[in-house]
Amino acid sequence: MTGLVHSLKDNPRLDRWLRFLSDRTVRIGTGKVELGQGVLTALAQIAAEELDLGIGQISMMSGNSVEGPGEGYTASSWSIEHSGAAIRLVAAEVRALALKHAALRLNASPDELTVIEGAFFRNGLPSGIDYWTIAGELDLSAEATGMIAPKPADAYRLVGTSVARLDLPVKLTGSGFIHDMTLPGMLHARTLRQPGRGATLTLLDEAAVRRKAVADINVIRIDNFLAFVGSDETAVRAAAVAAAEYSVWTNARTLHPEQATAEWVAARPSIDRVIGDPPADPLSDCISATFSRPFLSHGSLAPSCAVAVYRDGMLTVWSHGQGMHPLRENIAKTVGLPLEKVACHHVQGAGCYGHNGADDAALDAALVALALPGKPIRLMWRREEEFGYEPLSSAMTVTVHAAVDAAGRPADWTTEIWSATHGQRPGVGGAYLLAAEAMKEPPPERKPFDIPLERGGGAVRNGIPLYDMAAKRISYHLIHDVPVRTSSLRGLGATLNVFAIEALIDELAARAGEDPVRYRLSSLSDPRARRTLEKAAAMAGWSSRDAGGAGKGLGIGIARYKNASAYAAVVAAVEVEEAVRVTDIWCAVDAGLVINPDGVVNQIEGNIVQAISWALIEEVGFGPQGISTVDWHSYPVIRFSDIPEIRVELIEADQHEALGVGECAGGPTAAAIGNAVAHALGMRIHDMPMTRERIMTAALRA
Amino acid sequence: MSKPFTLTVNGRDHDLDVPPTMPLLDVLRNHLGLKGSRYGCGLEQCGACMVLIDGSAEYSCSREVGTLSDRSITTVEGLGSAEALHPLQQAFLDEQAGQCGYCLSGILMSAKAFLDRNPDPTRAEVAAALDANLCRCGSHPRILRAVLKAAAVLRHEAA
Repeated sequence: MTGLVHSLKDNPRLDRWLRFLSDRTVRIGTGKVELGQGVLTALAQIAAEELDLGIGQISMMSGNSVEGPGEGYTASSWSIEHSGAAIRLVAAEVRALALKHAALRLNASPDELTVIEGAFFRNGLPSGIDYWTIAGELDLSAEATGMIAPKPADAYRLVGTSVARLDLPVKLTGSGFIHDMTLPGMLHARTLRQPGRGATLTLLDEAAVRRKAVADINVIRIDNFLAFVGSDETAVRAAAVAAAEYSVWTNARTLHPEQATAEWVAARPSIDRVIGDPPADPLSDCISATFSRPFLSHGSLAPSCAVAVYRDGMLTVWSHGQGMHPLRENIAKTVGLPLEKVACHHVQGAGCYGHNGADDAALDAALVALALPGKPIRLMWRREEEFGYEPLSSAMTVTVHAAVDAAGRPADWTTEIWSATHGQRPGVGGAYLLAAEAMKEPPPERKPFDIPLERGGGAVRNGIPLYDMAAKRISYHLIHDVPVRTSSLRGLGATLNVFAIEALIDELAARAGEDPVRYRLSSLSDPRARRTLEKAAAMAGWSSRDAGGAGKGLGIGIARYKNASAYAAVVAAVEVEEAVRVTDIWCAVDAGLVINPDGVVNQIEGNIVQAISWALIEEVGFGPQGISTVDWHSYPVIRFSDIPEIRVELIEADQHEALGVGECAGGPTAAAIGNAVAHALGMRIHDMPMTRERIMTAALRA
Repeated sequence: MSKPFTLTVNGRDHDLDVPPTMPLLDVLRNHLGLKGSRYGCGLEQCGACMVLIDGSAEYSCSREVGTLSDRSITTVEGLGSAEALHPLQQAFLDEQAGQCGYCLSGILMSAKAFLDRNPDPTRAEVAAALDANLCRCGSHPRILRAVLKAAAVLRHEAA
């Protein structure tokens, strides 16, 4: 694969991606950031492979808005496909350039030269020179041509091996996070959030807040943005907690419990569009089923945090957000500084699983830093702030309609979706950083927008089934009028779309009197999908699956993420008494060329565990004060005792390009559990989470 | 208001002049520079702040430091170091048991207290012992494997 890939077109200069450092390492730049998914290790492997270096000779510079490449957000499982492809081409090109210069110096032909751990060998003998000897001669300010072919996959020695995560050792010995950053003279900060756009602070009893803080604190108020700042973090936290009690707002947002339901969302006015094949002539045998899921929280284990300092006219921000280049642009725009006066640097935080409070906390820190020039500010959100003000993943309703042919196969399919947007990252579709709406002149209200299907889709992600049919389409009802901010959570709309599609496919199989796996295979011509499905079924011993209905069930689900990325098939075994217990998960994945097999398996396991939690437990609630699920008691997630045995196998597919893998198993896992529950009970639960209450209600109705 | 007192952390005595109501976690992170214990919720619900107090795993986010002057506190920094990893830390590395890693300090401390009590546990016993700790990335299967592996190593060392 040669030619300029996406990320390289945006950042053509070689030195944005690669520099030789004086400590005899090579610094690889990437716009993608480490979120706990192991991406920096995988990207280092790709670079070391092409340059013929040891993994220890690579250092990664990630999310540096000044020196590194801009690659948007670290999202939608694009990192390996975009950044990996760019780094591979750049490294191959720089290696070829270096060999050309070495050959001149050695009066040799480049063909006679090989590279081992960065040293050049001529006809197998040491030449005495290496990359760093000639680094000064190489013009890395030149633009990449993308015309040097990278290594063939069969020559790989590092790619395809389970190199240990580069970032894990420090995290096991007590460091590694933005939350741990300290700068000389650093002050701590907490905010009291504006309770909704348009809310105005009419009264704040500062004296009472100071009394509660005990130690000395500074109160920063910029219009309706409020922060408490001081050297004593305990006091600052106490002040922010007390401030909620000693402040009066007008026009504060009020929420009602029913607004938290998928049903309420689906009943709002919508902006409608149809994507895909035009409707077919009405077919006689049509079957429909409706499914839903509630609003979900990202539930990052750490509240968002950022560090900022404004010194000599320059605003420097450290953040664990998913894209430092977009963050820089959004902060500069909000605070009115020229772009070159703002620098954003990524520092790792806790896993975010999508668009949480990270970017917003960065603006908060920047606002405080601008108010207190010269003082480094460490601003952290409170737990209830993270749950209460981060963007949610929208509640969704999906009705799948299938018209069946004479052989019992779906011939025409519509996935009908009601959802708020899954894409409100700052700078996308008119969305902005949260505190911007607390300013005297807030940005214009966001416009109706969701991520288009050609960019992976938001609510519509994976709305088109994998199966062979004469016609398939999505009918999307985008709901703009929801009282909470919604944005991307791992998998976006795919989780419910795959849950719904795979449920109806099981229902169609039952109508045809066929086994669910055999039925799927009868209308699945994509050979990679077939292989993945057959593999998962074999792993689970599917052939010995019984008739079900006795409280134990086995269910299957499959999807190709975004209909273009990794294939995942999942079999779930469940036991259902009053509640659902998942006992075993078997998962097969075809992710094409795998850079780091253990890293990929780790991501898939994590996605499976999170999807079990979504399918069975998680649900955001609303109340008069706003979002009411603001701690881990009101928003429970899966715990250790609920973890099933999980077996993941990767299908060898090195001849195919590397595909992003971090989100591929979520939809199929939810679907497999839904189908297993239906198998166990002899009736289907249509709504997530499949709680004890829902099971009992369904049982009473049956 | 505050009266100087001594806190024993990782075998070292520290003279402190902080309000006795200050949470232990804030003292560790901001006054002793021990950043390994993490703030997750401040509500004793997530376990990211777990430390050992006289050998048992306890939340540090709400525990008032003034109650701890005659107690022995161990944090992840006292468990092992990069140069001399504790068998638990080594097992977590061997199993690549972690994704974002924010939960790991607390989980290591819970696991340490648990293995000291039960050196030869089943997977279900390890899981039950770690139920006070949340992991949001879904590293649980590996963490369970790592704790069982460390238990085996520790039993072998003790034998």
